[in-house]
Amino acid sequence: MARHVVAAVDDLPPGTRKFMTVDERPIAVFNINGEFFGLLNRCPHQGAALCEGPLIGLAQSSTPGEIEYTRLGEIIRCPWHGWEFDVRTGQSYCDPRRFRVKAYAAHVEAGASVVKGPYVAETLKVSVENDYVVVDL
Amino acid sequence: MTSPIAGGVDCDLHPALPHLTSLLPYLNDYWRDQVTTRGMTDLESQSYPPHSPISARPDWRPVEGKPGASLHDLTTQALDPFGTAIGICNPLYGLQMVFSEDMADAFCRALNDWLVKEWLDKDTRLRGSIVIPAQNVEKAVAEIERCARDRRFVQVLMLAMGDIPLGKRALWPIYAAAERHGLPIGVHAGSNYHNPPSSVGWGSYHIEDYVAQAQAFQTQLTSLIIEGVFAKFPNLKVVMLESGFTWLPSFVWRLHKFWRGVRMETPWVDRAPMEIVRSNVRFSLQPVDAPPDAAVLDRIFDQMQSDELVLFSTDYPHWQFDGNDVLPDGLPPDLVRKIMIDNPHATYGRLKGAEAKEAAA
Repeated sequence: MARHVVAAVDDLPPGTRKFMTVDERPIAVFNINGEFFGLLNRCPHQGAALCEGPLIGLAQSSTPGEIEYTRLGEIIRCPWHGWEFDVRTGQSYCDPRRFRVKAYAAHVEAGASVVKGPYVAETLKVSVENDYVVVDL
Repeated sequence: MTSPIAGGVDCDLHPALPHLTSLLPYLNDYWRDQVTTRGMTDLESQSYPPHSPISARPDWRPVEGKPGASLHDLTTQALDPFGTAIGICNPLYGLQMVFSEDMADAFCRALNDWLVKEWLDKDTRLRGSIVIPAQNVEKAVAEIERCARDRRFVQVLMLAMGDIPLGKRALWPIYAAAERHGLPIGVHAGSNYHNPPSSVGWGSYHIEDYVAQAQAFQTQLTSLIIEGVFAKFPNLKVVMLESGFTWLPSFVWRLHKFWRGVRMETPWVDRAPMEIVRSNVRFSLQPVDAPPDAAVLDRIFDQMQSDELVLFSTDYPHWQFDGNDVLPDGLPPDLVRKIMIDNPHATYGRLKGAEAKEAAA
């Protein structure tokens, strides 16, 4: 596993996502309310660019008509067939045992430590003054 | 042919009410006079036209009167030949067509009392379904409560085509009462003709109505699952009667496929539809809509992913098979036992003790 520096924090404000290819894998990194998440941009169902789908909340219910809607923006819905996936874990909600999208841990590192390595900074210029989003892949 | 085994439960028998006036002894003074003074003679639904081949097997047609109207005929033609231990009576009489809620209620009460006196009291093998005036949910619940005291009523009977889809919440008090009393909801083929018997409008021929029953069952199954009836009433069993079952795998595949994309619209459906079918829904055996090829049927059972879904039925006196060929060819013995005995007993909680009582007697 290598740690990849994929974006400067300032370039990925809350509510945005960034698409990239790392080690020949298409991934997307999301900033959801200041937390960062990496996800393979390929739906395990039929291969759609999953991460281009809308981010919604998690709808759950134990009583018909009464919906508990939580985790706003943490569920991504595939643009092709509407399947929901948990951005935190990659699990699907229609068939959690059989379908899961690969989720990658992402976090923020200070520029000073990023400069020291052992990170792979794909196409970014890294400077000690900035913070960076790092994805484990 | 596959031989039936003794001790089975026939889940779909149709004792016929000879005539509307057969209910007169069971109506109160007011409704008895109403029937008489209005000159009401019979309620004839077009669901089973008297001379249509499907309405009665030729060798089960009596010289006179309606097929299924004689206790002797029903027991000697439907029970004895198959060694049936218990037969569940599902009266199909056009009461549900009546638009007056009060008249429908009075007729349903009379019909249920008629079933007790003319059938259940006369043969210990017989059990009954409670016919309800489903247009008026309060009255329907009251009738369930009234009849449920008699443990020989083992089910509540509704039609595949009523006024509104079966999953709608307006009907839920009926399901609450049924679940409370351990009564499955039997949904039988048929329409109250308040809506066209197909979703595309009125057809011209009986065969159009009859074949459309399968689509009605499919739509009702979707409604019950998607509207959340089984989320609200997890112990409720629904038995589809005379529905056919070979359509189930392909239809549920379609339902499952689209549910996966819109799960969040009905999050109370928290399992795949087929899982809900396996836990809450059952199907009567006849009619078997499949070619007489054991391998084909075997594959369908395999696709249903369960040997617990089908319940033995003759659909007497309707013409679904000839001779004693009530079971399709090539059913393995363990599946015959499941269909004829284990599955019905697992579905109809009120049959508990029936075996023991008869063994002791």
